Amino acid sequence: MAGEDASAEEDLPAAGGGASAEDARAAGAFGAGPPGEGCGAAEAVEAVFREERGLLLASLTRRFGDLDLAEEVTSEAIEAALRHWPAEGVPARPGAWLLTTARRKAVDRLRRDRAYAARLAVLQADAERDDAVAPAADVAGVGELPDERLQLFFTCTHPALAAEDRTALTLRCLAGLTTPEVARAFLVPTATMAQRIVRAKKKIREARIPFRVPGPDELPERLPGVLQVVYSVFTEGYAASSGPRLQRLDLAEEAVRLARILHRLLPAERETAGLLALLLLVHARRDARTGPEGEPVLLEEQDRGRWDRAMIEEGRDLVVRALTGGPAGPYGVQAAIAALHDEAAGVESTDWAQIVALYDVLLALTPSPVVAVNRAVAVAMRDGPGAGLALLDALAGEPRLRAYPPYAVARGDLLTRLGREGEAAVAYREALEAAGTEPERAALRRKLGE
Amino acid sequence: MKYMLLIHSGAVDERGGAPECTVEDWMAYDKAVRDAGIHVSGESLADLVTATTVRVSPTGERTVTDGPFAETRELLGGFLVIDVPDLDAALDWAARCPGSRDGGAVVVRPVADFGA
Repeated sequence: MAGEDASAEEDLPAAGGGASAEDARAAGAFGAGPPGEGCGAAEAVEAVFREERGLLLASLTRRFGDLDLAEEVTSEAIEAALRHWPAEGVPARPGAWLLTTARRKAVDRLRRDRAYAARLAVLQADAERDDAVAPAADVAGVGELPDERLQLFFTCTHPALAAEDRTALTLRCLAGLTTPEVARAFLVPTATMAQRIVRAKKKIREARIPFRVPGPDELPERLPGVLQVVYSVFTEGYAASSGPRLQRLDLAEEAVRLARILHRLLPAERETAGLLALLLLVHARRDARTGPEGEPVLLEEQDRGRWDRAMIEEGRDLVVRALTGGPAGPYGVQAAIAALHDEAAGVESTDWAQIVALYDVLLALTPSPVVAVNRAVAVAMRDGPGAGLALLDALAGEPRLRAYPPYAVARGDLLTRLGREGEAAVAYREALEAAGTEPERAALRRKLGE
Repeated sequence: MKYMLLIHSGAVDERGGAPECTVEDWMAYDKAVRDAGIHVSGESLADLVTATTVRVSPTGERTVTDGPFAETRELLGGFLVIDVPDLDAALDWAARCPGSRDGGAVVVRPVADFGA
């Protein structure tokens, strides 16, 4: 299973119109690392630094109030580590070594830039004050560095930034993806993505988007925006909206990782637990979700033996936390629905009545025609295809469903079950027109017997 | 950090006059801004019918025209410059501005700092 994923991964970049996997590695943050045979080692080191990178970046951004500067010196510090550590040995406290190195480089840079001279004095005073409390912060943080990534999350996902820029910045700064990797994830040329990131960082710097965690009174307004960015990274990975492949596992994995970090940073927020639960419970089905040729496999036809049981267990525990202690949020409810699917031995034994009830809650929380489509399908499972079809047909006028293939597919499936093949074919053709990925189109052609 | 709040009115009547907000709303807001010690400057603009546009051609010829008139739905009705620590604070003040309600909008723009 894992082998298949890995080989499929290799196929991904070609159609991107952007960089190849090799480009991405070569141009990566660690691109200045050891050449030639050192490549494998460099990649291993890269993986180790990925987590450290976000921590370092957050800490430096807070200290210097400049994301660009922080990014540059973070990369430089990691490059320095790649040069020095193989020869001199890994220092006793690698995180502290990286932070000190990066900070020195930042101060050097600021000294050279006269425009920053006045600011530097203030910054140094700040840094000295911070250092005085540093030991306590170190103990409290994850590993050696105090974890200031939550601030960075709120900066990168600030509502004053364009939605696509928020996702790109989050992948760049918090997931630690290189710009070519982010470009590859969005299937845009590297230069386009680089421009977008530069523009977004310019806005953060010049409009002075703050680097801080919103207060308790603002959090309910701001947290959904952060969760939305992580969720959109996941959905793009889970059901790629375009391209040769149905799933882009690398993005889904990154989203799960980001959701884990957020949950660790905000353990008391139920929707943060709900989001992580939802991602785990859906991601647990990744191996069963596509067939040997990359075609989508419907939930009812999936080999449930290939679902990741450990991931389901972890997700279920989180659902409980997401749904207790207060009113449920949309991610918690969606996670509960996913958990009911994951727990069932098959379609027939799925608790459809409970799923319909949860969709009712979800519709009340976030009224949306897409949720209504899912609810109609659940009703069809509970009460029969006729009941579901009536609900779907009632949604026919919804503009948002016009170019939404799952709506037409759901209608086609219910019509087929009712023996109305002619009408079903019309629905499948509609879906075929709007389908974004080749495997989706192939599956629809099979349904149409073409 | 200085930010300019460009206050655009929403629905505009025939004569270019705006606002559903009461004079009291504006006075209360103005007082709040001054009391907070963030007020730098600000004006409300007279009726759009009083506006005149000047353009100078590459040859130095001056063209003066009446207007512009209400071609766009959102019209600049006034501005305010405030000095606050960051964008979030500026956005909060924009949200409190009566001009951001009833179909109006407040555009927040940082004032360029040339390091003077």
